[in-house]
Amino acid sequence: MPTATLANPPADYHSYPDADGRFGAYGGSYVAETLIAPLTELRAAYERLRVDPAFIAEFERDLRHYVGRPSPVYHAERLSREVGGAQILLKREDLNHTGAHKINNTIGQALVARAMGKRRVIAETGAGQHGVATATVCARFGLDCVVYMGATDIERQKINVYRMKLLGAEVVPVTSGSRTLKDALNEAMRDWVTNVADTFYIIGTVAGPHPYPQMVRDFNAVVGREARAQMLAQFSRLPDVITACVGGGSNAIGLFHAFLNDAQVRIVGAEAAGEGIATGRHAASLAAGRPGVLHGNRTYVLCDDDGQITETHSVSAGLDYPGVGPEHAFLKDTGRAQYVGVTDAEALAAFHRLARSEGILAALESSHAVAQAIKLARELPRDQLVLCNLSGRGDKDVHTIAAREGIAL
Amino acid sequence: MSRIDARFATLKAQGRTALVPFITAGDPLPQATVALMHELVAAGADLIELGVPFSDPMADGPVIQHASERALARGVGLAAILGWVGEFRRRDQATPIVLMGYMNPVEIHGAARFAAEAVAAGVDGVLLVDCPVEEAAAAAPLRDAGLQQILLAAPTTGEARLARIGAAAAGFLYYVSFAGVTGADRIRLDEVRAQVQRLRQSVRVPVAVGFGIRDAASAQAIGAFADAVVIGSALVAQLAGAGSEQEIRARAHDFLAPIRAALDAQDRAR
Repeated sequence: MPTATLANPPADYHSYPDADGRFGAYGGSYVAETLIAPLTELRAAYERLRVDPAFIAEFERDLRHYVGRPSPVYHAERLSREVGGAQILLKREDLNHTGAHKINNTIGQALVARAMGKRRVIAETGAGQHGVATATVCARFGLDCVVYMGATDIERQKINVYRMKLLGAEVVPVTSGSRTLKDALNEAMRDWVTNVADTFYIIGTVAGPHPYPQMVRDFNAVVGREARAQMLAQFSRLPDVITACVGGGSNAIGLFHAFLNDAQVRIVGAEAAGEGIATGRHAASLAAGRPGVLHGNRTYVLCDDDGQITETHSVSAGLDYPGVGPEHAFLKDTGRAQYVGVTDAEALAAFHRLARSEGILAALESSHAVAQAIKLARELPRDQLVLCNLSGRGDKDVHTIAAREGIAL
Repeated sequence: MSRIDARFATLKAQGRTALVPFITAGDPLPQATVALMHELVAAGADLIELGVPFSDPMADGPVIQHASERALARGVGLAAILGWVGEFRRRDQATPIVLMGYMNPVEIHGAARFAAEAVAAGVDGVLLVDCPVEEAAAAAPLRDAGLQQILLAAPTTGEARLARIGAAAAGFLYYVSFAGVTGADRIRLDEVRAQVQRLRQSVRVPVAVGFGIRDAASAQAIGAFADAVVIGSALVAQLAGAGSEQEIRARAHDFLAPIRAALDAQDRAR
């Protein structure tokens, strides 16, 4: 497959990745030798299961009856009126069981783990959302669950830590490196390399070595498939612009994927610009990073001139990651999607605005997407449609927001 | 003939097992790195693996993670490391040096630029932990410049891949003795011996065994059937906390010399 570029866009975005897990120049399997065998085993199992009607039926049944899908596309009319531009539509992933899109992926991977006969599941988590979604499905499928979490994040997210324990998971603090999400991912990889025979690693985003970026995307792609059909049913047309927040990028690729071949639909990803990209305190890998290799794939990373991964900053722990899924790197380079930064302050303002105008508390991650949707809508005529992925609910962030605003609870 | 190939040819002619210490470049004291390398040779090292510290060492256990963190905290990077290799080469043109590390520093430096600078400094081989044979195209500029890419095999490596690795292997093959991270204590001798015999069906280059070798006894046990023994975490742990060049050299010598003696005694007895 020739490398797709801005000058040479691919004819079919749904044909990626290739057999080696490459999205153009990105993706691949940059892992230690010991992990090649389990990745090959996983790839073979997933290739078989993804077209197996019984597997697909069980996945869809769980999404419907356990997760509560389909999630609605909601027309935020009051917010749209206040903004005074295009109509803002929200894909309500916050209404899923466990409160975010993350469960789509953990259900899918737990089904794969079960089909492969693996009894022990490991996962990494930053804010704890993926950890909770993994602990949830492990409880339901009767699998042992170990979640790696940075010691700093454990301090910041005590409620999610307790939630995971209530669900029967063991939470292991990670004290190496910056003690955050990237270090939890390193530690989960170390566990996997040590326990390859009986352990299944449920990665929480569209990063990692092949086949994870593809598999996690496929399980989340239900978001965009539903939304596309809902747009046609409710509005008799596709949206003009779609937007989602991008940390690792699983909710964004979940929404974007079904629209990639609809050339008339503009696609905008909102990265965490933290205190501003110019300050260096941000997590905008696509907007401010460069191509490198991290956590098993070639993608855009935030690092210094010596290739050392730099610490990131975002008010939202779920976006606080120095890499990004390789498919997003590919969509950036081909020009199919545009990636922009949204600051902590803009996300917080959007959080409050949505709360007051629509009665919805959005996750801080998703608030980045809402802020971007507001910016886009403001510049577009009233008859245009901006579809925003509301990837998670904000209950988990209430303490963070109160603390930032100097309010004692 | 490359320095690595020449060194293994000489050792083979002498019937000796290669002793390969690993140190994290710049740890415990950056300014003592070159002196430490010379001391390792004086204590019996046949080849030196010089670890390039990385912020996210996914395949390493706590000992080497912490050594990397210490080195990074002191500002150690590729430029300094290549400078040390160049300085080492002024007094030692015979001992091969293999840089061991992860892809991203090489990628960001630019693979072709890194390769040219490494060759000029006197580096002989590069082992990229997260660059398996499937991704070897990413390391093509290194090989084109004359560096040997050292490949790994593990207990989980299947036959078909072993043939592919064997065909691409240069310098030596690094056999990871167990599924795990560096420095763990999980080595099972009978399994490793059987695995090394299996490797030799597919691989023509010498076989080095690493992970889990920590002292004279374990080095001897592995040296009985491997061409080279690699000692990393145990040495790095010995050096940690040494506060002066003199102390670093003394600790390195005291740790490595008995292992050399044990290997030599065993080799003579064969």
